[in-house]
Amino acid sequence: MEKTAAYRKDVYKIEAIDVNAFYGQFHALKGINLGMEENAVTALIGPSGCGKSTFLRLFNRMNDYIDEFRMKGQIRIDGNKIYNSYIEVEQLRKYVGMVFQKPNPFPKSIFDNVAYGLRIQGIRDKKLISERVEKALKQADLWSEVKDNLKKSALALSGGQQQRVCIARTLAVEPSIILMDEPTSALDPISTARIEDLIFQLKTEYTIVIVTHNMQQAGRLSDKTAFFYMGELIEHGPTKELFTNPKHDRTENYISGRFG
Amino acid sequence: MLRAKEYIIEKVLFLCALITILTTIGIILVLSIEAVIFFSEVSIIDFVTDTQWTPLFTKKHFGILPLLSGTMLTTLIAIAVALPIGLSIAIYLNEFSPKGFRKSIKPLLELLAAVPTVVYGFFALMVVTPFLQMIIPGLSGFNALSAGMVMGIMIIPFVTSLSEDALFAVPKSLREASYGMGSTRLQTSFNVTVPAASSGIIVSVILALSRAIGETMIVAIAAGQQPRLTFDPTVPIETITAYIVQVSLGDVQHGTLEYRTIFAAGITLFIFTFILNNISFFIRKKYQQRYE
Ligand SMILES: Nc1ncnc2c1ncn2[C@@H]1O[C@H](COP(=O)(O)OP(=O)(O)O)[C@@H](O)[C@H]1O
Ligand SMILES: [Mg+2]
Repeated sequence: MEKTAAYRKDVYKIEAIDVNAFYGQFHALKGINLGMEENAVTALIGPSGCGKSTFLRLFNRMNDYIDEFRMKGQIRIDGNKIYNSYIEVEQLRKYVGMVFQKPNPFPKSIFDNVAYGLRIQGIRDKKLISERVEKALKQADLWSEVKDNLKKSALALSGGQQQRVCIARTLAVEPSIILMDEPTSALDPISTARIEDLIFQLKTEYTIVIVTHNMQQAGRLSDKTAFFYMGELIEHGPTKELFTNPKHDRTENYISGRFG
Repeated sequence: MLRAKEYIIEKVLFLCALITILTTIGIILVLSIEAVIFFSEVSIIDFVTDTQWTPLFTKKHFGILPLLSGTMLTTLIAIAVALPIGLSIAIYLNEFSPKGFRKSIKPLLELLAAVPTVVYGFFALMVVTPFLQMIIPGLSGFNALSAGMVMGIMIIPFVTSLSEDALFAVPKSLREASYGMGSTRLQTSFNVTVPAASSGIIVSVILALSRAIGETMIVAIAAGQQPRLTFDPTVPIETITAYIVQVSLGDVQHGTLEYRTIFAAGITLFIFTFILNNISFFIRKKYQQRYE
């Protein structure tokens, strides 16, 4: 992809421009240029250690906490540079939510987990909070299972349910973009299928970027796929095209190896 | 040859363990025997209900309540100082400070616990009390307030060190979840990290409490020697430990009822710290299970 200097919101929701990232001396991402479309699912694939998580965590500035981390280049979201001194990271993260690899609910009740993001925004209106909690749990396809047990600790739920609590918790803040870092890798096939259905529904309203090791999952869910290898973006394009007709040998080897 | 050496070392180690256990048993035995003799002469009901403690006067009263209130008062003041300061330091070290700072400040802080308590005692008496008298005009030269405050400073490292360990043990994934939803560092530590570490923090407070209850030198020097059933921190009081020191160093005849009062006081103290230590042990066991 050629560099896009001009702002083209009509095309890209998220855009990485000449991104290089380092952990100390280690060059983790090498000259990445990639645009991600609004209300679409973009899958990031590649062997482990190739930089997928590092790349994903750039979009909500989650790497900022790592001491020796540095990045060059720019990320634009809705055309705005997010690596900029006037960007408030807290605001950015309300707009760009994240779901992690291992379900990580807080040791609190289901309700308090989902209400967390609203409460830290200073929202005190009980009625509003419970409406938003209910809505988020419904969106996360969990409401019918937990509606009578909202006071129960989220830690008492199954792994798949915990991950859906985490998704609901992210949705409650009403983000526009959702980043998912291997959200089903710690789950059994049935829970995985439910979460995939969920992601499929969410993409009408949200822009989703998902890291996955599972090629079937990438194939089923995503509109676009980007293949990373050792810190480089080797190839990207519409998922179907990339899977059926990869341009690079590395991509082909990885995909065919993964499909087994 | 090597086997013989190992055998000897093993036996020596066993002996060391045995000595500790025997010492503990010995202490409990002596305390109990003397206390039993004491309670054969003084009714246990009087001991726990009488509001005066005057065993060294001609008109004798054996109510432990004044000593107990003195101990509780100084301990509560100490915790009121140590908990907010100790916990703030722990939170700061854990969430905000640069990595190198945390490594260098912790041993420094632990030095606070290494200062001889007699130094703290005179610091309370000669520095803190005169200073407080400028703010609180009615303050006596001996009082629970300054002794308690200085004791609080002394136990800060207990609170900080254990709380910090507990905060450190909170999984990184919980912090990331909180940051990921747009929380600031402060919101994350108060809403997620501190609650998740609460059992460890409670343990730290209980151990600090039990340290404060047993503390002797500071209260003996700075709090006075007047058993008094009060919760007024500005007047002289006496704690259980200070009373034991007073009698041990005084000219009370061994084997008399007056002398045995220190064992009755001692066993009261022992029961309290024993209960506290067990509570903390219980919480710690539960909490270790949770993070494994
Ligand atoms: N905090 C870190 N400190 C140092 N190196 C890191 C850190 N996180 C990741 N790396 C390195 O950066 C590379 C990319 O990591 P990551 O983005 O997690 O890969 P992926 O998600 O594709 O498996 C790996 O080689 C990894 O060892
Ligand atoms: Mg990863």
